[in-house]
Amino acid sequence: MLIKTVFSGFGGQGVLMMGYLLAAAGMQEGKNVTYLPSYGAEVRGGTANCTVSISDDEIASPVASEPEYIVVMNKPSLIRFQNQVQSGGIIFLNANLVDMKPVRGDIEVCEVPANDLALKIGTDKAANMIMLGAFIKKTGLVSLETLKVVLKDVFTTKNPQLLELNEKALWEGFTYLEQGRQADASKADIS
Amino acid sequence: MSGNHAIGEAAVRAGCRFYFGYPITPQNEMTEYMARRLNEIEGGVFIQAESELAAINMVIGASMAGARVMTSSSSPGISLKQEGISFLCAMELPAVIVNMTRGGPGLGNIAPAQSDYFQATRGGGHGDYRTIVLAPSSVQELADLTMEAFNLADKYRIPTVILGDGMLGQMMEPVEFPDGEMQKPPPKDWTITGARGRPSRFIRSLLLDPAVEEEHNWKLARKYERIAAKEVRYEAYRLEDAKMVVVSFGTAARIAKGAIKRLREQGLKVGLLRPITLWPFPEIVLKDLAKRIGHFLVYEMNAGQMVEDVRLALEGRAEIFFYGRPGGVVITPLEMSRVITSKYYQKGLG
Repeated sequence: MLIKTVFSGFGGQGVLMMGYLLAAAGMQEGKNVTYLPSYGAEVRGGTANCTVSISDDEIASPVASEPEYIVVMNKPSLIRFQNQVQSGGIIFLNANLVDMKPVRGDIEVCEVPANDLALKIGTDKAANMIMLGAFIKKTGLVSLETLKVVLKDVFTTKNPQLLELNEKALWEGFTYLEQGRQADASKADIS
Repeated sequence: MSGNHAIGEAAVRAGCRFYFGYPITPQNEMTEYMARRLNEIEGGVFIQAESELAAINMVIGASMAGARVMTSSSSPGISLKQEGISFLCAMELPAVIVNMTRGGPGLGNIAPAQSDYFQATRGGGHGDYRTIVLAPSSVQELADLTMEAFNLADKYRIPTVILGDGMLGQMMEPVEFPDGEMQKPPPKDWTITGARGRPSRFIRSLLLDPAVEEEHNWKLARKYERIAAKEVRYEAYRLEDAKMVVVSFGTAARIAKGAIKRLREQGLKVGLLRPITLWPFPEIVLKDLAKRIGHFLVYEMNAGQMVEDVRLALEGRAEIFFYGRPGGVVITPLEMSRVITSKYYQKGLG
């Protein structure tokens, strides 16, 4: 089974980190993975995206034609990517920063108030980890345990103080969907 | 691991202890990696040269002394290195040169492209020469072929070019390196290391006597013939019952393969021939395929370069179509599958 996911948002939101962690977790679980970042003359506040493919078989193209999942952290990303997701796919929306809804009726929309949830645990910089937690809860692409192992690997070398916060954010996102609050939140946050 | 890092690590494991570079996107991660990695290793030398020209001449020096040496750049920087590559060929010096191609000509852009196929496979610099050109299409292959590039370079005393692009360099995929110790440069009996206790050796590219230069040229030509006979590499995918062959290399081949996987599910009999060595080009394989397959579709991320080699190989034996997207445009497998499908049905193959 080949599953492709596009993560997209502002540069600085940690969009590439979400993709990297997912790819690394997939690798940890013995799957074939590719992680393709968009690159160019990127700046903070500009757009960033990456494509992660996870498969049991060889992955031919790391470029996605019609990804199964799209994670949208800001509004321009929704405009850019909503038409690419395949019919029956899921768009994960950061409900705090996206004040419009996808126009398509053939896809599922999963709204997560990522910034609010992140603020609750201390800083909205962790919104990406909230979203990633919710993403793996919904898709089951990799387990939360694997993701935690990978997170530890990355942050131990990068910035150990931030490990705990990020773990907490993952858990917060993961349990947000578990508690079935998605429906209420979407009513409250999206007008 | 990212492609650029994989090349760096593979080079170190192949025994490369000398890296001379000059920054240019999209291969900077390799320079960065070598700066750190060679510093950790005994005997490792990393120099960020003052220019591409200086870097390639440092490569010449290290190679003359018998070291395994590498430099890397991207299209405009590789143009600047061509003089040095010509000298490496003339003096039969092994070296590995990585070109993470970008959209061109001129400064172009930093997006993935295959615009340097001609430059890489036709020599690129002045004089009558060839370089071995390897075109990986995955991060694992970047690592494997980098190690192989050092072996080929030493075996034939020839500069070997790795032709990638920004997508391969920036992309991350799992990589496995072979177990075992780091390789060491093989013993060489021609290096210039000081003539104490032995007769002097000469390595030079200035041969003023035309008769001598001619003999030198024929000697090189015979070497290129040996390489062409022995070192052709390619990947064949689903060609057994194919009615149409897509010919693509590198990044383009990944996209084409994705398209072919889709089309196979729909019952279209399409296969892929992916040259791994761009020079020597897998001509004979193509000729053999043309005995049973009448339609070839060449897809490149340029305005049509390798398609000329396909034409030369097939010599009119089959119909050749070309689909090119120059300038750094990366298409999706879906778009590619539409291109293939339309040709497939136009030609009544379905």
